[in-house]
Amino acid sequence: MLDDSSPIFVQIAERLADEIADGALAEGGRAPSSNELAAFYRINPATAAKGLNVLTDDGLLEKRRGVGMFVASGARERLLERRRTAFAQRYVVPLIAEATRLGINTEALLTLVREAGEVVDVSEVRPAVADEPQPNSARGDITV
Amino acid sequence: MTPTISVRGLTRRYRGHLALDDVTVDIEGATITGLLGRNGAGKTTFLRILAAQEFPSSGEVRVLGATPIENDAVLRRMVFVREDQTYPDIRVGHVLRAASWFYPNWSAEVADTLLGAFDLPACRAVKKLSRGMRSAVGIVVGLAARAEVTLFDEPYAGLDAVARQTFYDHLLADYAEHPRTILLSTHLIDEVADLLERVVMIDRGRIALDADADTVRGTATAVSGAAAAVESFAAGRLTWNRRTLGSHTSILIGSPLTESDRVWARTLHLTLTPLSLQQVVVHSTTGASTGTSTGAGAAGERTKRSPA
Repeated sequence: MLDDSSPIFVQIAERLADEIADGALAEGGRAPSSNELAAFYRINPATAAKGLNVLTDDGLLEKRRGVGMFVASGARERLLERRRTAFAQRYVVPLIAEATRLGINTEALLTLVREAGEVVDVSEVRPAVADEPQPNSARGDITV
Repeated sequence: MTPTISVRGLTRRYRGHLALDDVTVDIEGATITGLLGRNGAGKTTFLRILAAQEFPSSGEVRVLGATPIENDAVLRRMVFVREDQTYPDIRVGHVLRAASWFYPNWSAEVADTLLGAFDLPACRAVKKLSRGMRSAVGIVVGLAARAEVTLFDEPYAGLDAVARQTFYDHLLADYAEHPRTILLSTHLIDEVADLLERVVMIDRGRIALDADADTVRGTATAVSGAAAAVESFAAGRLTWNRRTLGSHTSILIGSPLTESDRVWARTLHLTLTPLSLQQVVVHSTTGASTGTSTGAGAAGERTKRSPA
């Protein structure tokens, strides 16, 4: 379940952040305890606690004494905003780099993206807009 | 806070052989520490001295603030599970009953659960058990004792992968409920890597590595790609091993990479593969060096600037 790409506590923090971002861990909901995480991922409880602390320090989780950790309000939107900001660096830059290596210019790349938008089935992907659910309109709805 | 285990300048000499050479290490509070090293590195000697089953030639050993030798108050708070523990001619149930008299924190509930988990018949004579079953008895005692200091010396002889996973799962579960100082000597590093908070590696009687498991995990990376690009990326870094296939080279870099290193590697079109804890341990152990042109150095020893 975990790999060697980064310290385990970082991976635990990322998993939890993913769950908050896609809504699996709802705002106000209780996050798993360090012991629950330790048993599930078969890791040291101290490592799991360190992963949880990354999110509490970040304000994404709140400690309630004697009860546990809860997802802070506004946590999901903050994560999504951060990911939108990182989107270009994480996906667009490598895309352009590889395209350049293959001799695909920006115009041809844009055409590819448009074409792919018409073919790729994204009906299973839920757009991360909290208030207005768009059940099927997401299909092929990529504008560049 | 006084460390739970404090070892200063510990040396153990057998006739003409230095089993432990000036070992100094502190282990504090509730942690699971992996005691790693090759066969014959000195792991068992180290644990036997902690458990007062052997005397140091020189140096100081304190467990729970006192010397463990002939010290009943300390020994009752410590359990030592040996590889291939031998037992008198008694039944499994008797072993557990005797242990329950000795260890003040003994949990009959844990013992019962583990008997079930390992399919151990309480009425069977220990002598009649298979090697794996006998190892399981040691593990039951080690966990049910709930001793403040719990020492496991490769306790899994003859246990299959399923039974070992049972051991790791119960170890974690009970540790989560009752945190204590656990020292686990093993060479099955990949299996236990994620359980460990700290790693102490003994190599030829000396401490070769003593660090947070998380720190060790991020320290080494395999860099591969076009030879010239790999060489220029690796220049001036600690390198462990270099392999070449045609114009393709792969170098193990034994120091952590920064974010700008990673960006640079991407620009050079290099592939970065992080090394597992086990691989890091293998490569930082002197005897395991497979380095070709650079050659592997001892842990932490910086090799000469590699020829670019």
